[in-house]
Order: sequence, then C-alpha cells, then structure tokens
Amino acid sequence: MPADPHDLAPIAGDSMAAPTRRRQTAGARRRRALRLRERLRTAALGAVSIIAFLGLWQAASSTHLDLFLRFDNIPAPSQVAVRAVAVVGSQSFLNDVLTSCDRVFLGFAIAALLAVPTGLVIGRYRIAHDLIFPLTELLRPVPAIAWVPISIMLWPTDWQSIVFITFLGAYFPILLNTLHGVRRIDPVLVLAARSLGASEGAIFREVYLPGALPAIFTGLAVGMGVGWVSVIAAEMISGQSGIGYFTWEAYSLIRYSDIVLGMVAIGLLGLVSSTAIRGLGRLAMPWIPAP
Amino acid sequence: MIPTKGLIEIDHFGLEYISDGGATQAVADVSLSVRPGEFVSILGPSGCGKSTLLNAVAGFLKPTQGRVRVDGEEIRAPGADRGMVFQQYSLFPWKTVRQNVEFGLKMKGIGADQRERMARTLLALAGLIGFEDHYPDRLSGGMKQRVGIVRALATGPKVLLLDEPFGALDAQTRVIMQQILTNIWQRLRISVLFVTHDIDEAIFLSDRVYVMTARPGRVKAEVAIPLPRPRDPESMIGAEFLALRRELAGLIREESLHAMGGELAGGMSGIDVMLGDGSLVEML
Repeated sequence: MPADPHDLAPIAGDSMAAPTRRRQTAGARRRRALRLRERLRTAALGAVSIIAFLGLWQAASSTHLDLFLRFDNIPAPSQVAVRAVAVVGSQSFLNDVLTSCDRVFLGFAIAALLAVPTGLVIGRYRIAHDLIFPLTELLRPVPAIAWVPISIMLWPTDWQSIVFITFLGAYFPILLNTLHGVRRIDPVLVLAARSLGASEGAIFREVYLPGALPAIFTGLAVGMGVGWVSVIAAEMISGQSGIGYFTWEAYSLIRYSDIVLGMVAIGLLGLVSSTAIRGLGRLAMPWIPAP
Repeated sequence: MIPTKGLIEIDHFGLEYISDGGATQAVADVSLSVRPGEFVSILGPSGCGKSTLLNAVAGFLKPTQGRVRVDGEEIRAPGADRGMVFQQYSLFPWKTVRQNVEFGLKMKGIGADQRERMARTLLALAGLIGFEDHYPDRLSGGMKQRVGIVRALATGPKVLLLDEPFGALDAQTRVIMQQILTNIWQRLRISVLFVTHDIDEAIFLSDRVYVMTARPGRVKAEVAIPLPRPRDPESMIGAEFLALRRELAGLIREESLHAMGGELAGGMSGIDVMLGDGSLVEML
C-alpha cells in the first residue's frame, strides 16, 4: 500500500470521470460539425411545414375560400405583414404590450413568492399539508377565467382584478410542482444533512429548496403559461388596455389584421417568457446537465 | 499517539417496532463496544438489524430497550460528532465535491477560506484532488462513496459509522475502497463501526468482528482479527486469513440458513457433511 496518500489519486478502474480536456480537440470538432449539420436538417424540415401553412393560408384568404370554413374575412399573411409595419412601432401598441407584461409579471411574481414557500412547507410538514391542502384542492379545479366576475366585484380597479386572475392562474401549478418536488427528495439526503449538523432551517435552505428546484422551475414555466392565458382572457372580458384587449377590440372595430397581430404578439410574449424561465433555471441549477 | 476519544458503548440494546401485524422485535439485547481508535465490523445476514444498530448510534432512531453512548454521553439526536456514510449514494447532487465535503463545516459556521483548507487535506487523502468542482452526477460509484467518507470526516467526528458503503460497487473498486478506508483510518486514528455482510471485507478491515444472528438480531459471536497491519490484498490468501474466513463463514451460514427456514436448513446441513469444510466456504 502506498505510504503517501497522494499516490492513490490515479486509481485504475475508477477513473471514468477523469478530466479529458485534451481529447476534446479533433474528435470534438468533428462532432460539432456533425451536430451542426443535423441541426440545419432539423431546421429545414421544420421550415417546410411552416411555409406550407402560411402558403395555404395566403391562398385561402386571397381567393376568399368558402368551403364550410369561411376565409372571406380572414386577413392574408401578406395583409398582416403590411399592417404590422404600421402598428408594431406605434406608441399605443407598445403600451398595450407593456401593460399586459406588467400584469403578468406582477401576478406571476406574487404567485411564485407565495406558492414556492407554501409548497415547501406543506411538502415538509404533515400538519401544514393537512391544514392547507384540502382548501387548495377545492379551489384548484376552478379555472382562473371563471373568477373574472367575482374578481371584478372583489377588487377596486380593473388592473387589480386582472393581476389577481393572473395570480390565480400561476399559483396552483407552482404550488403543486413545488410540493411534488419536495416529496421526491431522497430521504437519505435529509438524514445526511442532519448527521452533518444541519439545523431545520439549514435543511430547508440546503436540501429542500435546491432539491425541489427542478420541479419548482417546471411549475414556474407552467405557471407562466397559465398566467398568460389568464391575462389575455381577463383583458378580453373586462379590460380597457393590454394586448388581450387590443386583440378583442380589433374584432369589434373590424380591424381584422390587428387580430392576427395581437395573436402573434401574445404567442411571442409567451415564448419569450418561457425561454427566460428556462434560462433562469439553467443558471440556478448548474448541476443539471444541459439537454 | 493513542486515541482517547470515540468510545462507542451499546448496552442491552433492543428495538421493537409496531406495524399492522403487531410488535416486531428487530434487534434484541445487543451489547457491544468500540474502543477509541478501533475498527469494528458488524457482520450478519440481511435483515438482522445491523443497520438498525448503526442508525441508533447515528441518532436517527431511539432504542426501545437499553442504551447507546459515545464517550459516556447518551445519544439523543443526530450530530456531526458521529460521521455517517450511507449504503446508497447520499451526496447532495446540487453541490460540487468540494461543497459536499465542506457542508458539515459550513453548518458549524466555519468561514469559507478555512473550510477550503480543511477540506483539501481530506480530499487529498482520498485521492480526489482535481475533482473538487465536479458535480456528483459526473463521478463513478467509487468516487461518490469516497466523497461520502470524506464528507463524514470533514467535521472531525469522534467516530465514523459506515453502513455497507461498498455494497453497490464492483469487486475491484471495492478492494481499492477498502484500502483507501484503511489508509484514512490509520492516518486519523478514528473509531470506526462498519456494517457489512461481506466476510472478506470484515476481516480485511477490522480489529474485531461481531457476528449477528438472524431476526431478531443478537450478537452471536465476537471474533478478534489479529492479522498484522498494514494488510494488503495478498494477505487475504494466507493461512491465518483463511482460518478466520472459515470460522466466520460457519457462523454466518448457520444464520443465513436459519433465516431461510428450517426445512431448507435441514437439507443443506446434510450436504455439509459430505462436502467437508473447505469447499463449502467456497459455496457461500
């Protein structure tokens, strides 16, 4: 047996994870080239269906197709594009977008700040679970949009009631995912922390929170999605501003191209938000290997 | 230097748990001790309650009979004065090797610089230099358990408790891990209580071995391992080693057969006579 413990470092059969920076040059370059080609192929295939969709739509609208489905009032993609140039840069459109973002992010932030700690606590303590969870399960099946009339009566301003609807939409997915995240933590990790002298507070901070983080981020992504659904619906029903209101108003005022513009904007905003959450998740969880 | 701390005393320990079928006695009237700086193994068939004993010393469960003491103090709760290494991998996946090892020190409120210095010595001792910033996910099984051992030792515990820590590893890695553990133990002179069902492992590592009976677990025998140290894998084919192996195998076999049921045991003991002792050890 080697007297110097440092001699133990390179151990045969146990060196799977040895750092291999040098090997990464030639092989890695070839692999990267292959991966690039594969990605181009994937992108090209995806483009085929998107272009076909736009082409068929363009054809249907410009010929005023009327075969059960009626395209006579549906604006063609080309008309939407022309309209987009005029509208997208305008102050009022920007205001609508910012108003909706404001509502979503506020409702979402409140939901996250309440749901994550609640989820951690009811995941950890049986008594908190038994106390709070039945109420949660009672309220959860009611879609956030169904709260619109009550919310309008409950809150002094439209703005507050729409934020509340958004909050409700985001709250439950975040809560449930956090709860499941806590439940899925290997109990041996809690024992390990305890035997290393961790207090109850430290176990929350160092074990439950990071252990539930992957599930929490899943909940945040879902919550953000439901938050957008809720805000758009609430604005369509009760708002006087926002991108949902813009879209509905376009219908009332027969500005049909604006409807599609509103839809595209909503889709893009949802995409940007969920990408941002995924990016935050990757930053917050460096131990999860990139997909 | 003769170690003075780390005396484990298990005194008429019993554990009974209540389930649907009524009360079950998992462990009954076990008395054993580990002297300061001694390496002691508990060897027994699966389900004999060896892990239960270890969990009681760790403070994860309370005895229903008897007492467990470390340095005269009764165990009431888990604590960093007793390092625990688990059978399954128990590293925090969200912490790097270094952060895992420093965890106990952080809980003690030791500053980052000092933590790093203290952790580095132990990481070197376990051959983990160069892997400090890796996440556990990227380590092999053997490395994970080495980090687990180092993590348990980082706070400077009085005793180290290991619950079949190498059970999930392949044979070669296992032997290497046993050497590393011996090496660390000889450097630190810490008391070790080691649970295993592997006879060779128990002999190679220990100063003394307690053999436990099948459920309810009791101490069946206490066997001293007088093999000189340092030991190496070659010493595992010497006559002295084989004699110890035969003795322990005999004790364990009775319990394994007992655990499997009387009828089978009767049949097997008939074969015992025909085969003689040497080849039967191989069978086990």
